[in-house]
Amino acid sequence: MTRPPEFHAAKWNEPVVMELGRPGGRGQHFPAPEDEIRSAVGIDLIPGEMARTDRPDLPEITEFEAQRHYLHLSQMTLGMMGVSLFGTCTMKYNSKTAEFATLRPELAAVHPYQHPDTLQGVLQIIHDMDGMLRSLSGMDQFIFQAGGGANAAYTMACVARAYWADKGMLGQRTEMVTSVQAHPCNPATAAAAGFKVVNLPLEENGYPSLDALRAAVSGNTALIMINNPDDMGIYNPEIKEWVRIAKEAGALCFYDHANFNGVMGKLSARELGFDACMFMLHKTFGAPKAGGGPAVGAFGCSDELAAYLPTPVVVKAGDRYALDEDRPKSMGKIREYWGNVPQVVKAYAWTRAMGADGIELGADISVVSNNYMDKRLAEIPGLAISNPDVSARRMEMTRWSLGPIAEETGIGTVDFANRMADYGIDPWWMSHEPWIVAEPFTPEPGELWSKEDIDLWIDVVAKICEEARSDPEMVKSAPHNQAIAQVKGDAFEDPAKWAMTWRAWKRKQEAADQGKRGAA
Amino acid sequence: MAGERRAHPWMANSAPGIIEGMLKEIGAASVDEVFAQIPNDHFRSTPLDLPPALTSEIELRRDLVGKLKRNASCEDNLSFIGAGVWQHHVPAIVDEIVGRTEFATNVWGSYQSDHGRNQAWFEFNSQLGALLNLDVVQLPVYSWGCAIGHAIRMAARITGRAKVLVPALSDPERLSVIRTYCQPSEMDGHIEVVTIAADPTTGRLDANDLAARLGEDVAAVYFENPAYLGTIESGAAEIARLARAAGAETIVGVDPASLGVIKAPGDYGADIVTGPVQPLGVHMHCGGGAGGFIASRDEERYVRAYNGFLVSVVETREPGQLGFGLACPHQNSYGMRENGNDWTGNSTYLWAIAGAVYMSLLGPEGFRELGTLIVARARYAAKLLGDIDGVRIVWPDTTFKEFVVNFDGTGRTVSEINDALRARGIFGGKDISDEAGGLGRSALYCVTEVHSAADIRRLADTLTEVLQ
Repeated sequence: MTRPPEFHAAKWNEPVVMELGRPGGRGQHFPAPEDEIRSAVGIDLIPGEMARTDRPDLPEITEFEAQRHYLHLSQMTLGMMGVSLFGTCTMKYNSKTAEFATLRPELAAVHPYQHPDTLQGVLQIIHDMDGMLRSLSGMDQFIFQAGGGANAAYTMACVARAYWADKGMLGQRTEMVTSVQAHPCNPATAAAAGFKVVNLPLEENGYPSLDALRAAVSGNTALIMINNPDDMGIYNPEIKEWVRIAKEAGALCFYDHANFNGVMGKLSARELGFDACMFMLHKTFGAPKAGGGPAVGAFGCSDELAAYLPTPVVVKAGDRYALDEDRPKSMGKIREYWGNVPQVVKAYAWTRAMGADGIELGADISVVSNNYMDKRLAEIPGLAISNPDVSARRMEMTRWSLGPIAEETGIGTVDFANRMADYGIDPWWMSHEPWIVAEPFTPEPGELWSKEDIDLWIDVVAKICEEARSDPEMVKSAPHNQAIAQVKGDAFEDPAKWAMTWRAWKRKQEAADQGKRGAA
Repeated sequence: MAGERRAHPWMANSAPGIIEGMLKEIGAASVDEVFAQIPNDHFRSTPLDLPPALTSEIELRRDLVGKLKRNASCEDNLSFIGAGVWQHHVPAIVDEIVGRTEFATNVWGSYQSDHGRNQAWFEFNSQLGALLNLDVVQLPVYSWGCAIGHAIRMAARITGRAKVLVPALSDPERLSVIRTYCQPSEMDGHIEVVTIAADPTTGRLDANDLAARLGEDVAAVYFENPAYLGTIESGAAEIARLARAAGAETIVGVDPASLGVIKAPGDYGADIVTGPVQPLGVHMHCGGGAGGFIASRDEERYVRAYNGFLVSVVETREPGQLGFGLACPHQNSYGMRENGNDWTGNSTYLWAIAGAVYMSLLGPEGFRELGTLIVARARYAAKLLGDIDGVRIVWPDTTFKEFVVNFDGTGRTVSEINDALRARGIFGGKDISDEAGGLGRSALYCVTEVHSAADIRRLADTLTEVLQ
């Protein structure tokens, strides 16, 4: 039994920044226009009808007060400084060596429209990263424009549009086939790109049947988008047959490699038959996700699809690197510029620091650690593994359920997540919609966390199970050791109460106060 | 040590004996046994072919820095490139805060455990709302172009119409993204993109052309203020009035750096407002500083049409205490998959924190000074360049920080001129000679608060020299 931390978050009762400061307070000065400028052009230069006359209602604080305020906010953010086994997102160490390199002016103060002669270093890194991802996937070309995994899924849908348009069949190939358990970004981006989504249900074994796939694909199928393993941690052993069936119907096959960590260096998307795949550089490849981006969905595809990629594509000609914009069949832009370049550099750094042996070892550790965790979680009364009839081992993460203990105590997965933070453990990932098991949670140890970290995490889960039985109200009202108490959810769907800005909050507070006075 | 594997600095369980210990606990004889669920013929047949590992920080740093030093930066050169990525000053405090590991790290957390980050996000939205004079701001999406794309799709959902009017003089990069979002004409969800002509004498939207193209099928009119080519759209209120009369939404794109001196879009009839996040304390990062915001009035029909994350201030179980969480979470793709509004996912939320710090440092007076300084220096640069023989400023008196410089009278191409400038340590403006608008041999120059009067004189002197 490990010893759980006696944790209490910093509790600054920190005001909203709009409440800080004093009239006339200053945090930054800008120089006045030089005399030669004033005398040459004057200073009141905005056309009268467009000149701003009101003062924006911003805080007026000193430089130190801004620093202190935001440091307080960082201190009230657990931010993975406990133990986070946040499944599907693959928590990693984010190298500060790489972070500091990207903050150098040679990257931070560089513009994407500079002449390529002045960008040879960053172009080389992108080109080399492309090469390493080609080796990991078997694909022929990677690009990095997509600002996250969902954006890479959207890239796939748009590349498929361009591919079928080029074949003159876009009006006919109108459907995208996926699994009900695929990440929501796959059906959502395909729908936003204009495709009709066909969701295949799961069988007892955890994945859709080949018969369901055969029935779903046809001459109308533009593409399939599928992950493997899925978020249950179950590897679909029929995936090669999937690809064969889909391709027989003429569909393009996209491998959502969000769950790559357990199969790094072991599988090649291209060898399995896929036409395209996506890697999350902000997850698997060690770039920080930063609470939700800037991120990179690296999109790779076969030579056949490369013609349709968004531009520019980084190419090497002789010993020079260049940006290829001249791609007449390109789908157009998915996002401006070349992508979140510093994140690509950090992912390059991760891949170089791990090397082939390190990457394969990382996959081994991820899967062995998860199986170790499964064994220990199975020993805790009240927890149930998803798909209990599946005897094969899970991959790098496992979907679990609090169903039995929730039924016994009324304590569910949100309550557990809230309570975990009281022990300095980062709240867990539950599940994407739809919830296939009751009160789900999805831990993933990855290669970062030590066996001691994993043991501590499991011990805290076991302890909260005990608390759920002995003092359910305490768990239900958790957290108790955090910067704030549990937030009330009643405002989130109520137009009279939600307030997405401070000015909206003040307006609604005043309206409510007036209402109270009126009632009195 | 020869032959024995060293534990990797980033993998605790790579230390000797740990894997073996866990295998023993789970009753597996080998690592291979743990992968037995993968059929043999699925494993890759070709070995990984990666360059040698750099497990030593010394080697890794040398590789990274060695490569990056082959770049030439806008710090070591004098750059006048803008067009969607701009060189603005980034206060040191911003770098400190966005570099905090609690913020930069991977985790999402909960409203309580990661309360500070949620508050910082709300403060970004709140301060931006104060600059825009609007009550709802969503956490930023991938880029300005993506923000416009989502805003157009919002307008289409709200109005049930499927046509958008955009300026003919649009940034080709953003316009390409917009066309992607609006889908090809073969798709059922296609939104037709129609361009509105520019008044050639001012660069502003041609009001007659706009009026002629407005109709009952138009979901939205989109324009920018300042526009792609730097011009200030002084007819903004009239455009919004015309759009409203036709039952269309007015979508505006604004540069937040201008909002200390240019009227807030909420005050001239904008319904949905978009813009870039990068001017608010984010380095250029070779384009990796991009991010785009979307804002609107606090009306339910708009709020219900957003695609992403709306952070609301809420009460907690402790009386008088405030916390923050996601409003309307079920309308996005996490809640409704393909039936949600477009899609959402990881975006550029770290830049929301950068923006929160930046706006709090500037305050109302900082934004006023910033805008005053930028417009004065940009006009000065336009004046000095316009005085050079053969050089003409296309719209000299109606720009914010960018302006179009025409070189037709010099007999030289922009590419030739920029090569000569670069040899002298200056990055000339973006070459727009081949872009829509028929502006001839022209470049889009950008001047901000980082350019001193001396820098501007150096540009003018060097340009004079290379044109001789």
